Amino acid sequence: MKRRGVLKLLSMSAAIAAIGLGSSSLYAQAKTVKIGILHSLSGTMAISETVLKDTVLMAVEEINAKGGVMGMKLEPVVVDPASNWPLFAEKARQLITQDKVAVTFGCWTSVSRKSVLPVFEELNSLLFYPVQYEGEEISKNVFYTGAAPNQQAIPAVEYLMSKDGGSAKRWVLLGTDYVYPRTTNKILRAFLKSKGVTDADIMEEYTPFGHADYQTIIAKIKKFASEGKKTAVVSTINGDSNVPFYKELGNQGLKATDVPVVAFSVGEEELRGVDTKPLVGHLAAWNYFMSIKAPANDAFTKKWAAYAKAKNIAGHKDKPLTNDPMEATYIGIYMWKQAVEKAKSFDVAKVTAAMAGQTFTAPSGITSTMDAKNHHLHKAVFIGEVKADGQFNVVWKTKGPVKAQPWSPFIAGNDKKVDEPALMAAKK
Amino acid sequence: MRGGAAPPAAPFHMRLIFLLCVLVASPAYALDREAVAKLAFGDNDQKIEAISALVAEGDPQALAVLARFAEGEVEVDGKKVEVVINNRLRGAAGDALAGLRLLAPERALRAAAAKELATGADASMLPLVKKALEKETDADIRPLLELVAASMQMKSGDKAQRLAAIGMLGESTSPNSKTLLAEAARDADEEIRAEAQKSLRAVEGRLAWGEHLGLLFAGVSLGSILLLAALGLAITYGLLGVINMAHGELIMIGAYTTYVVQVFFRHTGFFDWYLLAAVPASFVVAAAVGMILERVVIRWLYGRPLETLLATWGISLMLIQLVRTLFGAQNVQVENPAFMSGGIQVLSNVVLPWSRVMIIVFAGLVLSGMWLLLTRTRLGLFVRGVTQNRAMASCVGVPTARVDTWAFGLGSGIAGLAGCALSQLGNVGPDLGQGYIVDSFLVVVFGGVGQLAGTVYAALTLGFANKFLEAWSGAVLAKIALLVFIIVFIQRRPQGLFALKGRSAEA
Repeated sequence: MKRRGVLKLLSMSAAIAAIGLGSSSLYAQAKTVKIGILHSLSGTMAISETVLKDTVLMAVEEINAKGGVMGMKLEPVVVDPASNWPLFAEKARQLITQDKVAVTFGCWTSVSRKSVLPVFEELNSLLFYPVQYEGEEISKNVFYTGAAPNQQAIPAVEYLMSKDGGSAKRWVLLGTDYVYPRTTNKILRAFLKSKGVTDADIMEEYTPFGHADYQTIIAKIKKFASEGKKTAVVSTINGDSNVPFYKELGNQGLKATDVPVVAFSVGEEELRGVDTKPLVGHLAAWNYFMSIKAPANDAFTKKWAAYAKAKNIAGHKDKPLTNDPMEATYIGIYMWKQAVEKAKSFDVAKVTAAMAGQTFTAPSGITSTMDAKNHHLHKAVFIGEVKADGQFNVVWKTKGPVKAQPWSPFIAGNDKKVDEPALMAAKK
Repeated sequence: MRGGAAPPAAPFHMRLIFLLCVLVASPAYALDREAVAKLAFGDNDQKIEAISALVAEGDPQALAVLARFAEGEVEVDGKKVEVVINNRLRGAAGDALAGLRLLAPERALRAAAAKELATGADASMLPLVKKALEKETDADIRPLLELVAASMQMKSGDKAQRLAAIGMLGESTSPNSKTLLAEAARDADEEIRAEAQKSLRAVEGRLAWGEHLGLLFAGVSLGSILLLAALGLAITYGLLGVINMAHGELIMIGAYTTYVVQVFFRHTGFFDWYLLAAVPASFVVAAAVGMILERVVIRWLYGRPLETLLATWGISLMLIQLVRTLFGAQNVQVENPAFMSGGIQVLSNVVLPWSRVMIIVFAGLVLSGMWLLLTRTRLGLFVRGVTQNRAMASCVGVPTARVDTWAFGLGSGIAGLAGCALSQLGNVGPDLGQGYIVDSFLVVVFGGVGQLAGTVYAALTLGFANKFLEAWSGAVLAKIALLVFIIVFIQRRPQGLFALKGRSAEA
């Protein structure tokens, strides 16, 4: 009985607190508008996501310093879903129903996005998702500011097939065992086959999350590579497994001039803990590199360095690094601001309509455009080689921005799908 | 143009000056200058041509020019031009440099150059290699060069030459020979095909040895890591009976201590020796944390395994958050000292990384140190006494509470050492310990609780089993298969590999 009493007391006080919060936010709504930040600040994904939370906070500070959005200050609400996929959904619901945020910036792994998607659709709220992903999804409530497969994976493989990339003929598809690498490799296998590569020349390998011992994998790659023709490795290894992978690669002397490794989830931040001298020449494909020379990028990196120093952000205060998902986050929040100002409203439907065709001078030096229909950005693709100092040297780039194809033509049945959320919803 | 970002265009006046220079330069250097200009301003195909031209000329100056080119810089008339170097250009420049260095007076340079070329080089360098062969007298370098020449002749049109080359490659142990022979084994000419297949079988047979050796080493290496991670737990869980869920975090503390020591050493001239200080430091820090834990929390919970489990689990979360607050959620960078980078080449296709070799040695040292401590010292005697019969030990005057603290400190300290070793291989982050706690318990339970020898055998067995399964079925299935195997094993034999015998076993 006693326990029930405590529960009652708790729920009552929670209710009072909620009323208090509600009224205070009602009162505050005159001057501020809340935005949600849904990134893991603890657990396995904290390594990658923490910095995205700081990027949103930096952009908010910047926007508020210039008078906010339509005269209203932005008020960030930070929650920590702790790399726990079901918790992402709970926290999303809390942000939308309790905090009444106008928009949410968040998620990294595809599994976390899949977890929150029904919540955003049910409560009709907006999510900006800033990370490259496998495609095969489209939602009227989500804006994807990261790359679709045709804006990262396919161009990277095409580059490795070209003369400058080493004319690779044999392929190792190596990844962490979950939805993003499996889907990407499915697309890549179909793409390679369309280019005349046989199954015998493709090796697919997966490792569990957090795998730390890559000795046998590297030995397998070496053996596969010695069996004839030029070999390249496509790595979709995610998270901090990359550190032991690249350390082993360097120590075992597998050089980029012999067997190049191109990675889709390795950026400046992931290489922070690695001695990159033996890795010079291995590649990564992204839509942004910190080393890109452009006025917009100089401004962005400088701002980040100053912000990291002022806020004492661990690691970044001594060695500030920017990366592709940070850039995508930054583009996302500014495009949302522009859309709100165009719509003259925070209403989801009006902002969604105003998002179509928004442009923004991205730190990558390209003018990024939000597609008129499919909720994905038009982005330029860059391929960089690792330098001795852990930065990337851009060796190839597309002439201009590339339109995203969320439904890859290399997956059977996709030709019947339309990349327009409204029409897709009608089909459902 | 698809490949490479366009090189920075030179201002017009620079081109003009450059043109004038070309005109007035002495004819002996004419080619050189043209090639250098191509290196700076040409597209990637032209750059490759220029590299070949420079090599063909054999100008000693070409060495310096190419070395700087490989670093992304070309000097044209005293002005530095930055060029974008990709793998293709880097490979070509590297081979060219190696080719030029074949004629160097220093033996070490020649050996390194020959080794570089043996991993595969363009056939256009054949004349250079032949020239070097005429002069080379060193018994170690000569066979390498002959191999290089043979692999280049594989592409020649002359059948007799190709057959000779195939025979030559058949005697080598290089993976590159295998690649070339595999290609020749599909040749249109029947005689060549038969010869190549024969040679290929010979090379593959020799390479297979290397693969087995590599696998064996991988097993020992993983075993040594598991052993280090589990040794501390073998004391705290095995001897004291404390289910310490914070064991992984003690490993993590050891790794962070290594990081802090490394940061201190970065500003001194002795960076390469930081590990000498980090090893004792990580032991002391982790041991101190462990002893504090024991004094403050765990000693009140002896004999209550469930509460201990929950309490230590809570402590582990607190320690993770503490480290996250102090050092940030991001992984920290622990650089290997120079002597730990790279590896030793034992066979043509087997490289044993120094870091792993060192950790195997280190695990051996820690193990023998602990064995000496437990069997040869007074503390060891007390620990064993308390483990076997606490009441009796107390009766004869052993301060059991203090022994508990010391023993827990020892176990924690060894966890710290494990952290120091792990920092050389993988990630150092707040979650480091989480990945090892399950493995550590597996090793200790599999080996038999309370048995040091069991822990050693279990660690090595699991290491081998994991690596052999991985090579055979892939990493994901290997992990699952291993867990299933241990579940079945523990059901059949709950006491583990080695069981305690005698009365203390029931205690």
